[in-house]
Amino acid sequence: MPDIVTVTDLRKTFDGGFEALKGVTLNIREGEVLALLGPNGAGKTTLISAVCGLTSITSGTITVGGHDVVRDFRESRRLIGLVPQEITLEPFEKVLNAVRFSRGLFGRPANDAYLEKLLKQLSLWDKKDGPTKELSGGMKRRVLIAKALAHEPRVLFLDEPTAGVDVELRKEMWDVVRELKEDGVTIILTTHYIEEAEEIADRVGVIAKGELLLVEEKDALMARMGKKELKIELQDPCEAIPPSLASYELERSADGFNLTYTYDTKGERTGITALLNDMAKSGLVLKDIQTSQSSLEEIFVDLVRSET
Amino acid sequence: MNYRAIYAIYRFEMMRFFRTLAQSVISPVLSTSLYFIVFGAAIGSRIQEVDGVSYGAFIVPGLIMLSLLTQSLTNAAFGIYFPKFIGTIYEVLSAPIGHFEIVIGYVGAAATKSMVIGLIILATAFAFVDLKIEHPFWMIAFLVLTCLSFALFGFIIGIWAKSFDQLNLVPMLVVTPLVFLGGSFYSISMLPEFWQKVTLFNPVVYLVSGFRWSFFGHADVGVGISLAMIVVFLIVCLLVIGWIFRTGYRLKT
Repeated sequence: MPDIVTVTDLRKTFDGGFEALKGVTLNIREGEVLALLGPNGAGKTTLISAVCGLTSITSGTITVGGHDVVRDFRESRRLIGLVPQEITLEPFEKVLNAVRFSRGLFGRPANDAYLEKLLKQLSLWDKKDGPTKELSGGMKRRVLIAKALAHEPRVLFLDEPTAGVDVELRKEMWDVVRELKEDGVTIILTTHYIEEAEEIADRVGVIAKGELLLVEEKDALMARMGKKELKIELQDPCEAIPPSLASYELERSADGFNLTYTYDTKGERTGITALLNDMAKSGLVLKDIQTSQSSLEEIFVDLVRSET
Repeated sequence: MNYRAIYAIYRFEMMRFFRTLAQSVISPVLSTSLYFIVFGAAIGSRIQEVDGVSYGAFIVPGLIMLSLLTQSLTNAAFGIYFPKFIGTIYEVLSAPIGHFEIVIGYVGAAATKSMVIGLIILATAFAFVDLKIEHPFWMIAFLVLTCLSFALFGFIIGIWAKSFDQLNLVPMLVVTPLVFLGGSFYSISMLPEFWQKVTLFNPVVYLVSGFRWSFFGHADVGVGISLAMIVVFLIVCLLVIGWIFRTGYRLKT
């Protein structure tokens, strides 16, 4: 897939001298869901604001659909939809009018058929004639998404779409993202919930202290960075780990029924075969085994910690 | 030029106006009617004619000006301050729209609102006093220019203001005194000579004077000067707005 957004050596220094972005280079492919992970204050929102024209750029270049976001801002911004972190809506405005306003603002001719489809997709059609202040928090956020999509953008930025949102609503939001992806919209979302990136992203970027630490396929990242655990359930509890197995650094559960072996999938050899052989020799009888992969969360914590 | 965006902003702002039509219109009409009753009928009947015009009629242009200035100023200031305050300004700033188009949308809507109110007050005036307009074309021209320039000024205040208090500061502390001292209720020829000179530094004098000329055919200062002053003020406001957008002053981080 070609790149729809390119960010090259982007730097942003605020008036106070704070360096929010320290030379970020990032290419976003058309049609993908990219999750930008990072702790608060890492520069995620600044990066999005720079692409959308809300923050001036100190140095570096950004293009969207091949258009420079500063020089050809009219062309580039037509392709972008932005859902901000905070819920910001004119409280007395009707939902449908708010969405129509957004479409007009981005220079698109009126198309109520499209807006109807959009509002129905976001389960807002029943509320179209009510003022936005009467909506629940989750609905307000969907109105913001509807406003961002009103001009049929090709790239959608979701800044912390599920911050402070309950579990049910978060799942609902993920469904929305998946549907949009199916419609071919490129989605960039920032989050500090790893679960979110793991659930819906194709690629994951990690930002900390204004630097992009990495961008990788989510699966590859997890495979590369991920440690796997082999859980072994024993027929009979073992009092202590036999000395012959000491080199495997097994963890024994309190009741002695479970042993956990941690191994690196990157390694040439996982050591599983040898472990199982040695266990058989030491007389331990296996009841069951299972493997599990460490989550993005653990990878992320490791990564940010090692950088700081 | 993104005409659809200009129209979207204009329409959105006008819808706010129509949503609150009763309070937008009733309040200025009521307060102006009170002025007519007090100054025109009650006190005015004891005041001799000014420049050959009954006092009740004489104050009409000044009263309309008073409303026009405060309305254009507060409408435009509020129009841009409110989205800034609640955060919805992000959408306008991230839209494919130039600075000039944003200004046309917001300022155009604010100026339209105050023009509508000005015309309603004028209609109200006919109910209270005998009035004829000698130069209707110039009356409308002064009306439009004043609304536009003060809406531009209000736009600047709306961007500058950091709180609702500041938003009210300029209209309260600057505009109201200038209007009252700007010959709205008197002819500056009534003043002592020294104060006649001082008052020429008050820009509102030129607005009221020019506007009154369009009604009665004579004015405190020359019409050409009045017109020139409004245009100068308009250009100054445009330059300041140009600077605001170029630097992102209080708009961009």
